Amino acid sequence: MKKIVHYINQFYGQFGGEEAAGMTPVKKEGPVGPGRSLNEALSGEGEITATIICGDNYFADNSDAALSEILKMIEAEKPDIFIAGPAFNAGRYGLACGNICDAVKAKLNIPVLTGLYPENPGVDMYKKTVYIIETPMTAAGMKDVIPKMASLAAKLLNGDEIGFPEEEGYIPQGFRVNVHTEKNGAERGVDMLIKKLRGEPFTTELPMPVFDRVAPAPALKDLKHARIALITSGGIVPQGNPDHIESANASRYGIYDITGLDSLSSDSFTSVHGGYDPVYAMDDPDRVVPLDAMREVEHEGVIGELYNHYYATVGNTTAVSNAKKYAEDIAQDMIKNHVQAAILTSN
Amino acid sequence: MKLTLNKFHVKDIQFSEKSSFSEGVLHISKAELAEYLLKDPNISSVDFDIARPGESTRIIPIKDVIQPRYKKSGTGQIFPGFVGDVETVGNGETNVLEECCVATSGKIVAFQEGIIDMSGPGAEFNSFSKMNILVPLIQPADGLDKHTHEATVRVAGLKTAAYMAKLSLECTPDGTETFEHESILEMGAKYPDLPKVVYVDMVQCQGLMHDTYVYGLNVKGILSTLIGPLEVLDGAIVSGNCAAPGHKNATIHHENNPIILDLLKHHGKDLCFVGVLLSNESAMLNEKMRAAYYTANLSQLLGADGMIASEEGGGNPETDLMLNCKFHEKKGIKTVLVTDEYCGRDGASQGLADVTPEADAVVTNGNGNQFVVLPKMDKIIGDIEAARVITGGNANSIGEDGTLSVEIAAIMGSCCEMGYEHMTTRLR
Repeated sequence: MKKIVHYINQFYGQFGGEEAAGMTPVKKEGPVGPGRSLNEALSGEGEITATIICGDNYFADNSDAALSEILKMIEAEKPDIFIAGPAFNAGRYGLACGNICDAVKAKLNIPVLTGLYPENPGVDMYKKTVYIIETPMTAAGMKDVIPKMASLAAKLLNGDEIGFPEEEGYIPQGFRVNVHTEKNGAERGVDMLIKKLRGEPFTTELPMPVFDRVAPAPALKDLKHARIALITSGGIVPQGNPDHIESANASRYGIYDITGLDSLSSDSFTSVHGGYDPVYAMDDPDRVVPLDAMREVEHEGVIGELYNHYYATVGNTTAVSNAKKYAEDIAQDMIKNHVQAAILTSN
Repeated sequence: MKLTLNKFHVKDIQFSEKSSFSEGVLHISKAELAEYLLKDPNISSVDFDIARPGESTRIIPIKDVIQPRYKKSGTGQIFPGFVGDVETVGNGETNVLEECCVATSGKIVAFQEGIIDMSGPGAEFNSFSKMNILVPLIQPADGLDKHTHEATVRVAGLKTAAYMAKLSLECTPDGTETFEHESILEMGAKYPDLPKVVYVDMVQCQGLMHDTYVYGLNVKGILSTLIGPLEVLDGAIVSGNCAAPGHKNATIHHENNPIILDLLKHHGKDLCFVGVLLSNESAMLNEKMRAAYYTANLSQLLGADGMIASEEGGGNPETDLMLNCKFHEKKGIKTVLVTDEYCGRDGASQGLADVTPEADAVVTNGNGNQFVVLPKMDKIIGDIEAARVITGGNANSIGEDGTLSVEIAAIMGSCCEMGYEHMTTRLR
């Protein structure tokens, strides 16, 4: 029989309400409280061999210590899966469930599962790494939630393919995956338009994503003494593309020395960008990375100096997560090299 | 206007002494076809190969995919401005070779060229893998500049497709399909109670090898314009676009524009399909604004109640898509957008470069960043080394065991933003 460890708070563990919320973690054998119906619903697919009970306040106020104590207790049981809650809309309890699930998954590499109301603060923090069954606000919905948790737990235990959120009842984790459809995209589009024209309900396939907004930094007060760097997403790299920057969805960037150069010659530099016609950029790479113009303003004393390296990547069908990662690296490198400002060129 | 497509199912393509079409088999004389194409002095040499459905074959790099068509009657000739002269098309009879296409290959023009796998998991990502494909391998004359190289391969592909379909002129088709489309005033009188719908066909013409041709004209810089749906089906729009292979609208997509075909099916039943508006995706913001404003203006002049728009390419064209949506919705014209997305290999990033709150009805044709490992194929047509530089590939794309690891943006037409394929994304 596959082993399950279950986590609940002091209330569901039958130690009491707020007055018991400071209790330190304890481990009990077998299922307790909601664990009993969960065990029943699992009908032999697995068995709750231990229940860990901890006070909400104790976990919230001593997260690191509580987490390490609880992890030790769980590890000792060598479970096949870890289940926490359901915690409904209880904030502290929900955060604890998410936090412990996340930690167990990272440390023991076993499947984890909890149940929360969509607005519980634990959802946004942990939905990417933890399967969270969607619950109503309060424990009045317990009888609906338990079968869903048991069903998903059984699939996780058996290594079955996990279906989509609508089928399994978990809160979407935020990953968009390609699936094949019966109708082609055009037919789906025309169907959607007919519904929209008739005022009938329709479902968009792509809810508009939300963008991060970056507030522009204040202008430089003293350009004459500033060190300025050049950054490009236009794919200008030394001939031979030494860092193997991809022509699309680049996963890396390069830092290239321009000490002593007054311009970028086509003999030494080229474009590897896969999203634009590179003829003119290859002919004169300064068209994308304006080294020649920057040298002029440097000689004229308009700027203090041009930083002696430039940063390059390819911005073409590039995922924001990649771009963000190397933008952070590039920013750190510029700070380290006392760069005060940068000019970003695309293509 | 009335256009009849005479359809011929192509069961196989074979090389022969003499070119002909009989009993579903297309016989191609390499020498005869080469002689025709080599009339262009910009081609130094040309060879041909054949790929069939189910074969362990990979074609790479592919610039354009074209369905063979040739007009039997009516005005003009297929691919007007290139094969035919500039007379308008969209009426009479046109012979069409089904389950068959031309995929142009040879020396790579630009990084934006794609892959077709004829079997295995890669074959699942487009319809071309289910077709008999003739591949012209075109080598440009020495020292040919890139822009002339692009034009040379584009025209050679169109000529090859026309040459193939012309072989069917004396044959009896396996079936026919007739499309009728009235003048706007006629349809208004005929269907007074049906909602009027326009299709905004966004074409990417930015110069710099991102270009689309209508009656042979690069429509970069045009004010948005009206074109009949049957003209489009008759080869009036041709791709010269070097955008990412997964979502460039190849010539075959224009010839079989699935939004036009579906709107024609619904025409007179639950909507009145007024016509196609060409809206250019320029690289300049002011021109994007002008195109979208004027497209919405044309929709209003035509009395449209609804609009469906398809995109070509990605990144800056998302701005055109969103502006078209915004300006149409502002005029009270209900809008649906057809696009694709690039939301990272894990699908967790935001997948569009621009958004607008009015875009509440959107069809997505997939995430082009999906990473796939495609098995080794016994035969490579073209040059596998291209996989290292094309969009979706990288320096490590070619495994020592012959496997190919790419993002599906590298697969021709995988996320076609006209909705030609059967894919979408779901959130999990």
